[in-house]
Amino acid sequence: MTPFLAIVAGGLLLGAFLCLYRIGRGPTAPDRTVAIDILGTLVVGFCCVMAIWTGQDFYMNIAIAWALLSFIGTIALAKYLEGRQYNE
Amino acid sequence: MSDLAAEILIAVGLAFDLFGCIGLVRLPDVYNRVQAATKCVTLGTCLILAGTAVYGITGAMSIKAALCAVFLLLTSPVAAHAIARGAYKSGVRLWEGSVIDRYGEEVHPAGPPAERIEPAAQTEHTVAAGREPHE
Amino acid sequence: MKQVLCILFTFGLWLLLVAPWPVNAYWADVLVGLVVALLVATLLSHIYPDNPHKALQPRRIFWFLVYVPYFLFYCVQANLDVAYRVLHPDMPIRPGIVHVRTDLTSDMAKTFLANSITLTPGTLTVDILGQDLYIHWINVEGQGVEAHTAVIVKRFEKILRRVFE
Repeated sequence: MTPFLAIVAGGLLLGAFLCLYRIGRGPTAPDRTVAIDILGTLVVGFCCVMAIWTGQDFYMNIAIAWALLSFIGTIALAKYLEGRQYNE
Repeated sequence: MSDLAAEILIAVGLAFDLFGCIGLVRLPDVYNRVQAATKCVTLGTCLILAGTAVYGITGAMSIKAALCAVFLLLTSPVAAHAIARGAYKSGVRLWEGSVIDRYGEEVHPAGPPAERIEPAAQTEHTVAAGREPHE
Repeated sequence: MKQVLCILFTFGLWLLLVAPWPVNAYWADVLVGLVVALLVATLLSHIYPDNPHKALQPRRIFWFLVYVPYFLFYCVQANLDVAYRVLHPDMPIRPGIVHVRTDLTSDMAKTFLANSITLTPGTLTVDILGQDLYIHWINVEGQGVEAHTAVIVKRFEKILRRVFE
């Protein structure tokens, strides 16, 4: 791993810890939902770092799948917050 | 040469990601947090993906990175909108420093639902007292 | 017509996703993609927009290509704005939810408008009711529906109308 990629990975890890702080601290359920959504997006960035480091392009498949699944999960959580109405 | 361009893109993207996460921690209520976090982290991660595409270790990696950036730009504002609406309907109030709330006046004029949660003052107090707030 | 475009779109996307293209080794992948595209077109085509052939008119494509850099410019400006507000020790924010109106009528145009508003300086779409949009604004300026509409909506409306309506 080149020093540059190590710095990027470290920075993303720092961001992930800030998200974890918000998940743990709350104070309301939507706050936690936002932090989970952002954590998912940071993981996509981390997949890019892994792809460049190893030169394997299947990491980008993981990134795409992760982005879409994280989106679906966030929508489901937001619908749940809206008052348990899944009929729209 | 393209390596340098890619590294600049990735570094700028990382900086925006970090700004977004700092905003997530510092800002006072959930709506402001959604704003800062969604905007900065979306553009930051898209820049990292663009950097990956420019690096172009294999052609397939570039195509997939570009596709992933498009997906992200399309999906993340929808997710932010859904969270903000869910938060409002589940009864999270605006920060007390807010100046105007036309949505509350015009769409929910009957006043707040029964289980309104005070985001700032009350819960900070309960956390300081060592208990998790009930939700 | 609609189903055919739906199949082409889904299958093209799939071909991009299985991108290393020495296809002789990957016939099974392409076949699976074709079957899934057919399934999606028959089961889910009602979700797709009603008249997709509009998207192939050169005039609309031209204005969409104008719209992309215009939007990206505001997106970068938004990020610098948010970064300034977050890093400033006093956090100069003045948040509130304002009410704006749009002239756009088609669902596609309103979706793009709402998404663009969410990614541009200090604004976040909270709800859309018909042609009324409720926007959370991190630094409220001015008073009244018209003033807010002029600042938030007008800059995208002009181009989006040419693309989608």
